[in-house]
Amino acid sequence: MQQTKDLAALQQFCTRIRRHIVEMITEAKSGHPGGSLSAVEILAVLYHEVMRHDPENPQWPDRDRFILGKGHAAPVLYSVMAEFGYTPVDQLHTLRRIGSIYQGHPDRRFIPALEASTGSLGLGLSVGLGMSLAARLNNSPTRVYVVLGDGEIQEGQVWEAAMFAAFHKVDNIVAIVDFNKIQLDGWVKDIMEVEPLADKWRSFGWHVITLDGHDIPAIRSAFSEASATKGKPTVLVAHTIKGKGVSFMENNPKFHGMAPTKEECAQALAELN
Amino acid sequence: MAVKTKYELKLGAATREAFGKALVELGKENQDVVVCDADLSKSTMVHWFAKEFPDRFFSCGIAEANMVAIGSGLASSGKIAFVASFSAFVLNKGFEQLRVTAAYPNVNLKVVGTHSGISIGEDGPSQMSIEDLSLACALPGFVVISPADEVSMSAFVRLAAAHVGPVFLRAGRVKVPQIYDPGQKFEIGKAITLVDGKDVTLIAHGLMVAESIRAAGILEAEGVSARVIDMPTIKPLDTDAVRIAASETGAIVVSEEHLVDGGLGVRVAQAASLSHPCVMEYVGLTDYAESGTPEAVLEKFGMTAANVAAAARRALKRK
Ligand SMILES: Cc1ncc(C[n+]2csc(CCOP(=O)(O)OP(=O)(O)O)c2C)c(N)n1
Repeated sequence: MQQTKDLAALQQFCTRIRRHIVEMITEAKSGHPGGSLSAVEILAVLYHEVMRHDPENPQWPDRDRFILGKGHAAPVLYSVMAEFGYTPVDQLHTLRRIGSIYQGHPDRRFIPALEASTGSLGLGLSVGLGMSLAARLNNSPTRVYVVLGDGEIQEGQVWEAAMFAAFHKVDNIVAIVDFNKIQLDGWVKDIMEVEPLADKWRSFGWHVITLDGHDIPAIRSAFSEASATKGKPTVLVAHTIKGKGVSFMENNPKFHGMAPTKEECAQALAELN
Repeated sequence: MAVKTKYELKLGAATREAFGKALVELGKENQDVVVCDADLSKSTMVHWFAKEFPDRFFSCGIAEANMVAIGSGLASSGKIAFVASFSAFVLNKGFEQLRVTAAYPNVNLKVVGTHSGISIGEDGPSQMSIEDLSLACALPGFVVISPADEVSMSAFVRLAAAHVGPVFLRAGRVKVPQIYDPGQKFEIGKAITLVDGKDVTLIAHGLMVAESIRAAGILEAEGVSARVIDMPTIKPLDTDAVRIAASETGAIVVSEEHLVDGGLGVRVAQAASLSHPCVMEYVGLTDYAESGTPEAVLEKFGMTAANVAAAARRALKRK
């Protein structure tokens, strides 16, 4: 388990992750930059400071589990896992190529350290709940973290899972909604509004923490509050910016699922340092 | 490697594009046509319909199961309802809804699954649809169609709308060769012979039709006369075409961008077993694929003319 308490170092780590994301998607000529960039701080804090995990021993039974419900944001997860030594950093550029371990969406056949193969939206929270229940049965300290998209939560199954979690008082799971306000075809409010989001989760029996999903100290304290919350599940409603860190991608629906050109990549990298 | 047919293989549009365009034409002619989308309108290309007829377009969000049942409700009330998404999502997430709200009550729902097969490429197996025909064919009353090119897709969008009863229409992401001249006539349940031949019959649907035509060219150079049949309707199957192919050529190769289990091949075999059993070979998938460019993925998982020709040689050896 690694620890980085220094805010500046963690911010630098986030910049490095963003550079990987932009570079690997450019090289692949396809992929999802927007929703990868919006989740960087959340994953950085989780992997550095919150989750109990060991890259040397990825099958450690009592490890915490991470599930990327919105599997299309794979580049952020791959970059973080690679930086932690789970997989090679120098192969990140093979994203989406035939034979690459860095498949278009997280694929456990290629990276066994992944907790779930995702890509079809709406399944991750339920799978995470199964892991939470198993941990409870085994008296394991394992905690489960599931990142969901604000479009993803339009899937009915997410709310079936939400109801289940509160009913069964599952308090070793944390859902994080990457609330970046944009989905595939455009703005969430124009396609299928999910607001009032915090109220929805609260009415389903969850402890809700609303925060700025790019504010590292706020993310830190939200996760400690989640750990201290007993008898009910916790959700972080993390307000984020899709495409965060690259000016021309920020709040731009076009970059949901579009790779930057070589020139755009150069411009993005110039901004990311 | 020229095939002596009028079917020159020039790259045409993707079948999803032909679907999107035909849907707009249909919408102009028929006020009852309505469309439901699950946050993939730019990919399924129903965004053109949405732009033209905003009042008859329903954005459902990322909620395929709900979308299917809403479509069934619209259809039950006299609308010609099209619900569209990636094939993997509409079939898998919507299966219970397809079964109980469309198939069982025989509701006039039109289900369109785009990005079928593995030629979607880079996104990988979670978005690839290799079980969809098996699932759709498992639904009693459903007509199941997998057109090979833009011309046949446009025709089948109309035929699907005109047909009374549930239909599943399968479309692809990538551009494919244009097989047919505009104006070609199609019928639900009817196969079309594209290349005549007497030694072996190559039956296919979707993008494997073009590969089968290419395979016929490869085989011709080896002195083998291969018949090529496009089988756009998977269900109900043109059993006459199967019987005639079996009896006249004595060997059949079925090629498809789908699992062999539950695909067109096993349905053709069933038909042949009931009329004229013959030697058969199957070109299809046996497992989940992986990410890569469409070309690389098709090559690695055996979906090329060379694979079809090899299967034909195996069949001929066993004849
Ligand atoms: C079940 C399912 N339906 C549709 C898709 C296609 N799809 C991929 S990403 C996406 C939009 C996701 O939006 P959101 O969850 O908000 O993700 P983010 O904006 O964070 O990238 C859609 C519809 C899918 N992957 N899974």
